[in-house]
Amino acid sequence: MRIVAVCGLGVGTSAILKANAERALDRLGLTADVDASDLAGIAAAAADAQVVLTSTELAGRVREALGRTWAEIIEVENYFDVDEIGRKLDASLG
Amino acid sequence: MTLPPLPDSAIVLHDESIEWRAAVRAVGRALARSGATREGYTERMVGVLEEFGAYIVIAPGLALAHARPGPDVVRNGLAVVTLAEPVPFGHPHNDPVRVVVGLAVTGADEHVASVAGLANVFNERSAIERLAAASTIDEVREVFDGADRAPGRPAPAGEASA
Repeated sequence: MRIVAVCGLGVGTSAILKANAERALDRLGLTADVDASDLAGIAAAAADAQVVLTSTELAGRVREALGRTWAEIIEVENYFDVDEIGRKLDASLG
Repeated sequence: MTLPPLPDSAIVLHDESIEWRAAVRAVGRALARSGATREGYTERMVGVLEEFGAYIVIAPGLALAHARPGPDVVRNGLAVVTLAEPVPFGHPHNDPVRVVVGLAVTGADEHVASVAGLANVFNERSAIERLAAASTIDEVREVFDGADRAPGRPAPAGEASA
């Protein structure tokens, strides 16, 4: 299973999202590869991904960049709330 | 995973900015004053918000201002600006901002590792509140240093996430 965390630059906030998504998956007892990507590279990065994690602010642009996709786009409000990330991942994957 | 340095010269308490550009520029000045960046980086951070919106407000009250690595980054660095009055950045859930963290790194790989290190600091629920309420530089420093020796958390040994 693959998860992609995406932000504007792919080197900043997506790294926090990646770190905390890994923590949340660990707590849920799930394993997945989590990568970070920028908006420009999201279509390629998410080609075989099941879930794309991003912020509400960027979700519209992520959808636009992805076009038709199998991946579910999950919007995270608080990047430091591992419970929120876990809840949303569990609802999607569980 | 090592956080970039946060020298005293990069910490500003109770900045009186009343709008987001001024707040981002305040953290940009702090990064430049500490020697981490040169002129130009600040406006690139402002440009990130102009291009992508307020997504850098990644938690209630906290903005993570940063831009891509570039020639205006001298060395890796962090800066912290606490705001005297909360400032709206235009984020639907996490406004208003009380603390702006500025981040500069020289290369993308370090960037990812450094930013992930910030998760250790801010996963502690009280961190933003403690920073916003800090009245001394030492109180700010304690929030960042504390993450390295939080009780019950083993020292990270090259592991991406503890």
